Amino acid sequence: MKTENQKAWFFVLPVLLLVAFNALIPMMTVVNYSVQETFGDNVFFWQGLDWFEQILRSDRFHAALGRQFLFTFLILIIEVPLGIAIALSMPRKGIWVPVCLVLMALPMLIPWNVVGAMWNIFTLPDIGLLGYFLNHVMGIDYDMTQDPLAAWITIVTMDVWHWTSLVVLLSYAGLVSIPDAYYQAAKIDGASNWAVFRFIQLPKMKTVLTIAILLRFMDSFNIYTEPFVMTGGGPGNSTTLLSIDLVKIALGQFDLGPAAAMSLIYFAITLLVSWLFYTLMTKDDLN
Amino acid sequence: MQKRTIVPIVYILFLMLPIYWLVAMSFKTTNEILAGFSLFPQTFTLENYQTIFTDPTWYWGYINSILYVTMNTVISVAVSLPAAYAFSRYRFLGDKQLFFWLLTNRMAPAAVFALPFFQLYSAVGLFDTHLAVALAHCLFNIPLAVWILEGFMRGIPKELDETAFVDGYSFPRFFATIFVPSIKAGVGVAAFFCFMFSWVEMLLAKTLTAVDAKPIAATMTKTASSAGYELGLLAAAGTLTIIPGAIVIWFVRNYIAKGFAMGRV
Repeated sequence: MKTENQKAWFFVLPVLLLVAFNALIPMMTVVNYSVQETFGDNVFFWQGLDWFEQILRSDRFHAALGRQFLFTFLILIIEVPLGIAIALSMPRKGIWVPVCLVLMALPMLIPWNVVGAMWNIFTLPDIGLLGYFLNHVMGIDYDMTQDPLAAWITIVTMDVWHWTSLVVLLSYAGLVSIPDAYYQAAKIDGASNWAVFRFIQLPKMKTVLTIAILLRFMDSFNIYTEPFVMTGGGPGNSTTLLSIDLVKIALGQFDLGPAAAMSLIYFAITLLVSWLFYTLMTKDDLN
Repeated sequence: MQKRTIVPIVYILFLMLPIYWLVAMSFKTTNEILAGFSLFPQTFTLENYQTIFTDPTWYWGYINSILYVTMNTVISVAVSLPAAYAFSRYRFLGDKQLFFWLLTNRMAPAAVFALPFFQLYSAVGLFDTHLAVALAHCLFNIPLAVWILEGFMRGIPKELDETAFVDGYSFPRFFATIFVPSIKAGVGVAAFFCFMFSWVEMLLAKTLTAVDAKPIAATMTKTASSAGYELGLLAAAGTLTIIPGAIVIWFVRNYIAKGFAMGRV
């Protein structure tokens, strides 16, 4: 068991100072902006909670939030089952294991703006591999700069390409930790494949799946660079997710007050949903 | 060959397709790219790579990125080691709350922090230095490093510490010569993740730099927007950004699955 030792604080101090410097000061700046109005020249007026009220009532915010939830929902519903299925079908030992793992992890190591640029090149209607194939071989009229549905399918496919491996690698780590004896016992009992999955593999993957779902939720909810490079939020506003809208307000229109208020609401939603996920998924462990 | 091995093979093919297209493009001339579709480079050229390796604005982008990523990895792992030890071995006032607060920093969208970061680092005179980007990336890398290392350290029995202290080891000597070597894999994995997230993050890196510490992403964006449509050059630059990650991942290939599980399996 852990021993009580208040001196442990000294070990944590460097981490605390570095993170606090990066987290608290910018956060205070955001809070400061969120309650003031500025007309430039560093002149600020007290605004109270007006910006928060305005953002929470604005249709634009509701629309962006709706798109964001839809995007994150699609990502989780596709990537989690797909990732588990791929992990289950992977070899457990042999020389192909490290090769598979390295190739699968590769998309995650590509800078996010390059991922966006890469998918742009890949999907160009006449000269991209996918774009050419869809338009000229399959005969589907595909152009993500014109068609909102095509833009959505493309960014979701891009994210599946980019991040499913995270779920695969986490699930795989859970699977290889199961001793062979468990499978032998299941075989003797004549358990079906489904029963093996439900009562042996899934419970063993629970911790790592909790991490996977939490990370995928946070990162897909905060996604900015890739869709911004690929669609810039368009066509129209169809792929303007929450971050893209936020940057448009903050840096495009330079409306610092509303942007700051929106940042805080955004952060609060991320925190709340993460906390809900975490509590729901670890509820059984506490009892 | 079992039937189910088809699934990972198809999945890996799907992952490689866009990467193949990027690499193929990088060996084509701009004329060939714009002239029409071709599955393989017809007029194979190294011109795009030559431009990158001879033009300082291009290759300095890579050097800058590698510099701040390395600095960030060293700082993050160095400060996270003692902190993770404290979390894995001791109970202290506010430990759980502190751990959760650290993790919440991974949830803050970088877009939220871009402008305040710019102001903060300008105010302390670090704007456009490698150190600024390295420190800014600590925001999300330190929590991750602490999380991973704590997972690995929990797996080391406490008896190891106790035996060493009975044998007369001082704490720093024990930590440096016995404890850290025993979680080598964990340190490697943590360093890999710090490298990875610092390497792929470009929004803050671009916001915090102008000329001297400009990352490769900034050079790429400028090419994409200004010089018309130099797709071949852009593809070559993109291809080169994949290589450092691929090299680093090869070193941790045997720990990668456990690493992604943050040591918690």
